[in-house]
This record gives sequence, structure tokens and C-alpha cells, in this order.
Amino acid sequence: MTVIESLPETVDANTAPEPRAQSLHLRRLTNAAVPLGTAAVLLLIWQFGVRYFDVPTYIAPAPTDVGAVFLEELPLLMRNFWPTFTVSIVGFLAGNLAAILIAVTFVHSRVMERAFFPIAVFINTIPILAIAPILVLIFGPGLTAKVVIAGLICFFPTLVNMVRGLQSVNPQTLELARILSASKSEIFWKIRLPSSLPFLFSALKIAATTCVIGAIVSEWIGADVGLGALIIDSTFNYRSPLLYATVFLSSGLSVLLFASVTIAEKLVVRW
Amino acid sequence: MEGIVQDPQGGHHIAAALSGASVTFGSFTALSDISLEIGAGEFWTILGPSGCGKSTMLRLVSDLVPPAAGTVEILGKSTEAARLAREFAFVFQDATLLPWRSALKNVELPLEMGRKRGIDIPRGERTPRELLELVGLKGREDALPHELSGGMRQRVAIARALVCQPRLLLMDEPFGALDEMTRDRLNMQLLEIWRETGVTCLFVTHSIPEAVLLGQKVLMLRAHPGRVKEVVEIDLPEPRHVELRETPEFNRYSSYLRKSLEDC
Repeated sequence: MTVIESLPETVDANTAPEPRAQSLHLRRLTNAAVPLGTAAVLLLIWQFGVRYFDVPTYIAPAPTDVGAVFLEELPLLMRNFWPTFTVSIVGFLAGNLAAILIAVTFVHSRVMERAFFPIAVFINTIPILAIAPILVLIFGPGLTAKVVIAGLICFFPTLVNMVRGLQSVNPQTLELARILSASKSEIFWKIRLPSSLPFLFSALKIAATTCVIGAIVSEWIGADVGLGALIIDSTFNYRSPLLYATVFLSSGLSVLLFASVTIAEKLVVRW
Repeated sequence: MEGIVQDPQGGHHIAAALSGASVTFGSFTALSDISLEIGAGEFWTILGPSGCGKSTMLRLVSDLVPPAAGTVEILGKSTEAARLAREFAFVFQDATLLPWRSALKNVELPLEMGRKRGIDIPRGERTPRELLELVGLKGREDALPHELSGGMRQRVAIARALVCQPRLLLMDEPFGALDEMTRDRLNMQLLEIWRETGVTCLFVTHSIPEAVLLGQKVLMLRAHPGRVKEVVEIDLPEPRHVELRETPEFNRYSSYLRKSLEDC
């Protein structure tokens, strides 16, 4: 044991660190450079392709056109960004919180699971685009309908993952808990809930991008602000550069939420 | 290591007594009519063909499965009362550490569990920190399980089992998944802990050399259904050491047990 444990350390201390650190640094650099380079090349092809073939701007604007509009119309874009941001965040929180609570009741009551899981599956099979108008009819054109749509789209993946996560406890660990005469709530808080966190975070990463889809879809139906409304508006007015800028901003919102969840995961799930 | 703890068995001479105990799962009989008395402070190893109910026997003693017939008593109490009083502790084949807790926090787990049931959690004489030192993990208190080797994780599990100072230590192939060198070291460490604490040990293994090296008594079980075949007393000089394995006496016990295992 001693030999096995100390051997890698001595190797580390004497020979390895310098070249290894250097090559790691280099590898990180190339890891970042390759995708960035590819994206730059694609943008160049797009730019020169559009110019060379004389594609009209309303059909496909060049990246420079989009960039220009982005700067010109920044106040308009940001005015529509914040409502979508709010709907996405509130929908994300509401949908995931509901999914987590329902997963907890499913794990504690087989009857509840048997009664409601098929309904959850059924709701999940309805395309969000099809159910969104119904929800707007029910909840009206205010914030509620939008949050419900954004929340609904997050709900199912989190429900399924959370149920699996809460059930992912090693059976021997449960035997250990029984030998320690642990109560149900002790098992839940000290064993089941922490065990479920890696599963929860992989669901939250899905939800971080889908909640933005939900928010935008909700804004297609009778909203006058938000990135979704701006997409509809700029499409019907043939303002293609603005449309493209809005689309990039939407994807930027998804990236922002996804990165936040990833950072939170790194801080919480350290095992 | 310092002197022996005074009277660790609290005046009892029998740590565990089974009489006519059977375990059934539906129509399957896992254990049938087991009668045994395990003396306080003894080290028993349990051998037998696979499916003979070795693990079931530990689960019966530890109140994880109820007897279908017969009785099981630990230090004169029912298994449930013994469980609530933390008279025994279990070491599984997997270390079953909680991966988000540090080594020290894992050792402290038994002190946090069971409070809601209002049980009186006995604190051993040694603190969790001292127990980690006892199993040779001083300085690794804050390491997470995935940062430790398999042998180290199993040592954390042993420290956790000792934290409430149990009088009976139940071990279900605890070193089965480890390489031979690690296993030898942990065997010796376990014997040292046994000698020092005076805890009664029930140790399931499928390795004949391990059973002879550790056990004062080897319980041989027979399969289908699980029954006691024989109890072999191992009369080897104490304290035991791995070099014993090269002696003729050791080999005599080993070959006797091998034959016994073959006609199970």
C-alpha cells in the first residue's frame, strides 16, 4: 500500500510537472482555438458567399449587416431582452421546483406515482407549440401564461431525472441507514437528496436552454414585447438583419443560463 | 497501540446466540435451523459455498432480515434492541461511503443518524479523528471518497463502524474487492483493532487463507438450504501474522477446510 500510494507522488515531484503543465496549457489553447477558428471561417464563407452571389439582404443578411443592426438597435433589442429573460428565469424556477416536489412525492408514494406519472407523460407528448395557445386562453395575455409555458417545457425532463436521482441510492447504503435506525426524513435529507444532485443538474442543464424556447414561443402568441414578439415583428416586416440579431441574442440568453447552471453544478457537486 | 479496553462486553459472555433460527424468502429457505453461540471477544470467520446464506446470516444477526423461526439474541437482547443501542456495526463489501462527505464526515455519520427516532447514540471513547488515525488515515480527514484508494475507503468504513464503540462487528467480505497486498495489510490492521478493542468479530469471506488467518473459529456453512456444517477451531499462535501462512499448521487447516468446502 505505502509503495503504491507514494510512487506517483515522487514521479510528480521530480520529473513531471514542468512539461506536463506546459502541454496542458498548450492543449487548452488548441482546445479553444479549433472551434473558434472554425466559427470564424464559417462566418467568412457566409460573408463572402452573400456578397459574391448578391443575395438580397432581406433573404440572408451578411454577418456585417447583422453586426451593424445589433449596434444600431441595441436599445430596442435590450428592451425586448429583459421580458424574455424574466419569463425564462421565472419559468425555469417554477417548472423545476414543481418537478422536484412532485418527484419527491412520487418517490415516497407509489400510489401517487402510479396515479400521476402517466398524466405527466401524456402532457409531455403534447407539443408545446400546440398547447401554448390553450394556456394563453386560460391564463390571459399576462406574465402567468408565459411563465406556465416556459415552466411546462422544463418540467418533464427534471421530473424524470429527479425521480431517478432520488432512487439512485445504493441498496447497501439503505441497509446501513437501517442499521443506524435512521428515520425517513434523515434518509431523505442526508442520503437521497444529495444522491440526486448530479441527476438534477443534468436535468437543469436541459431546462436552462428549453426554458428560453418556452419563453419565446409564449411571446409569439399575442405578446407585444420580448424576443419572441420581436422575431415575429421583424420577420413580417422583412427586417432580416434585426431578425438575425434577435435570434443570436436569444441563443446568447440560453448560453448565459446554461453557463450559470454549469458553474452552480461545479460549486455544488464536487464529488 | 495502548492497553486493552476493560471489559468491552459489559459482563456478557455470549455476544450472539442463535437458536433454531431460519430465514425464508417466500418459498426459498436461505437459512435453516441455525444454532450457535458466539463468545464475547471471539473472532469468527464464516466460510461456505456461494448461496449458502453467509451474508443472510449477518443480515439476520443485524436485524436486516427477520427470522422465520427460532430466536437471535445479541448480548441477551433482541436484535432490534441491540440495533437501537448500537451494539453492533456492519462493514459491507463496498465501503458504502457517501461520496459527497469527507472521510471524517463519513465516520461521523452514525452519530447523526437515528436522532429523529430519539435513540440514545453512544459515543465511543475515541473521536472520529482518532479513529481515522487508528486505521492509518491521519491527514486524510478532508479527502472525499473518490480521492481515496479502495483500501483507504474500506478503512474509512471500518472507522465508521467503530465510532459508536460496538461490541459486535459484522463484516461481509469487506476486503473481497481489494488486491492481495492491500488485503494482507488490512487483515493485520483489523486483528490489531480486534485485540485492542476486544470487539467480537463475525467475518464472512470466501477466501480459505483469510478465514484461517483471521478466525479463532471458522464456521462452515452448507448450501441449499444454508445450515451449519461444522465449526473448526483454529489453534494458531497469537498474535497472528501473515507469515503464519507459510507454516505447516496453517496449511493443514487450509487443506482440511478446502476438503470440507468441497463436500458441502
